[in-house]
Amino acid sequence: MPEQFFWGVEVVLNGLMAGVLYALVALGFVLIFKASGIFNYSQGVLALFAALTLVGIMDGQVPFAHLINAALGTEIHHFGWHLPALLAILLTALVMVALAWAVQRFIFRHLVGQEPIILFMATIGLAYFLEGLGDIMWGADIKNLDVGLPQGINATIDEVTYEWFGYGFFIDNLDISATLIAAALVTLLILFAQYTKQGRAMRAVADDHQAALSVGVSLNFIWIMVWSLAGVVALVAGIMWGTKMGVQFSLSLIALKALPVLMLGGFTSIPGAIVGGLIIGVGEKLFEFLIGPMVGGATENWFAYVLALVFLVFRPQGLFGEKIIERV
Amino acid sequence: MKDTSEGYVTADGRKIGGVVMEMKNITLRFGGVTAIKDISFDIREGEIRAIIGPNGAGKSSMLNVISGFYVPQEGEVWFRGEKRPPMKPYQVARQGIARTFQNIALFEGMSVLDNVMTGRLTHMTQGILAQALWKGPAEREEVENREKAEKIIDFLEIQHIRKTPVSRLPYGLKKRVELARALVSEPTILLLDEPMAGMNVEEKEDMCRFVLDVNDEFGTTIALIEHDMGVVMDLSDRVVVMDYGRKIGDGTPDEVRANQEVIDAYLGVAHD
Repeated sequence: MPEQFFWGVEVVLNGLMAGVLYALVALGFVLIFKASGIFNYSQGVLALFAALTLVGIMDGQVPFAHLINAALGTEIHHFGWHLPALLAILLTALVMVALAWAVQRFIFRHLVGQEPIILFMATIGLAYFLEGLGDIMWGADIKNLDVGLPQGINATIDEVTYEWFGYGFFIDNLDISATLIAAALVTLLILFAQYTKQGRAMRAVADDHQAALSVGVSLNFIWIMVWSLAGVVALVAGIMWGTKMGVQFSLSLIALKALPVLMLGGFTSIPGAIVGGLIIGVGEKLFEFLIGPMVGGATENWFAYVLALVFLVFRPQGLFGEKIIERV
Repeated sequence: MKDTSEGYVTADGRKIGGVVMEMKNITLRFGGVTAIKDISFDIREGEIRAIIGPNGAGKSSMLNVISGFYVPQEGEVWFRGEKRPPMKPYQVARQGIARTFQNIALFEGMSVLDNVMTGRLTHMTQGILAQALWKGPAEREEVENREKAEKIIDFLEIQHIRKTPVSRLPYGLKKRVELARALVSEPTILLLDEPMAGMNVEEKEDMCRFVLDVNDEFGTTIALIEHDMGVVMDLSDRVVVMDYGRKIGDGTPDEVRANQEVIDAYLGVAHD
């Protein structure tokens, strides 16, 4: 049954592409967790906030329009411009850097040396704050995001594979560009970490705070930097998901899908986040394809979490995480 | 500030320069506990200065004050003729004061070479874009930093473990890697927190030799804490003796040995 087989291959390919997006969100988690030990619950909301801001800036929406109109009795909603996508993305990246600075300055600077659980609670607070802020600033309606990425079925792949195998693969153009952009982003991040002063300082902080201080690294600067990087990664993830499904508040829930990815890949490993994302992406699509029909479908909702649970039992540090050794 | 032009000549004929760092009436308290009580001393250019004292005397606290990890409640720190404002440890490091730690603070996940290279972070001035493109000045800077790192690695005889992850090294070698990382930043003052603690005799002798060689070869000013009396007396040019947070002696090893208060508090009881 070659038809079934090709169908399966297509499912795997589509799973890989979905996994790329999970990996991107997980990557944001890993960056912050490695450098500061903060488990950032708000990573998904960061993606949502970035996407909202991007749409707002592109369409020339007036931030806090409802608030301003209600207070002053005016009727303003738009500045009346429409910015090119690239410029809007750059501006949004700047907003994310400013947000990173604010988060460090007003929240985590005051929590230095606190228990991890307290830092975690602070990020939950931050998540709800950002969700509310995004709502007040840009409104709660579902928005269309189009930054010019190609969408729809890739005709070339469809035709070529049909000629070769007699079965045309359905691959979305958006998934292909998402994969390429994500790959480029990860490559840039790795080069940055390996070969630049700031990247080395970041790795130093991730390894040992005290030693990093003694070689002249400012922890505060590095923390602002990793939050900025996580913000930019969130922006990229937000663009992908927003283009695919529209910018809506359920975007923030993708953060929850990143949790099993992290349990698989390990919380401290960048390659782990990527491989974990791909495994979850492929795993849940393949499971749905093979086992789904037997159990009435809808397995994608829970498969990732069950897989993570299995990992927690047999390999709690994840595939790439640092081994947990307790010296007595 | 004292006249920085004055200096002295050591017993073995090395010329010691002017005052490079001066601690004035330092008092450090943790809640109700006074760790350092009104201590003043200076460190001169090119000398090996030791701070000794029994356990809990406040030696490590003093080193942490110098390196900016603790901020004293009272007193002034003068560095190169200027009063130092309260600073973060990383700012002190950027000023040219490098340190090692009693319990070793290395980047365990990195190789020896990478660890040593982090010691050059304060000397990297090129912009991030230039570094990413790896062109012109950025490339020269990286090559130069690498050369300096390799030179120090050679000097401290750790070439054979250059690429080894630090986490796999034995204790004595780790201490040496930490010394290399501090030294490669070409510090004005090198602070060593118990460089021989926990070492066997052979490792101690090696470390002594390296401390002397570093001072001799690079003219580095070294301030060290140690409670092994024999080691300190052989190594250092001048010694500060602390006890219960107070300074009870200050001078050459011979002067300190002859100081009755020091003998009572420390030498007489613990040794002889």
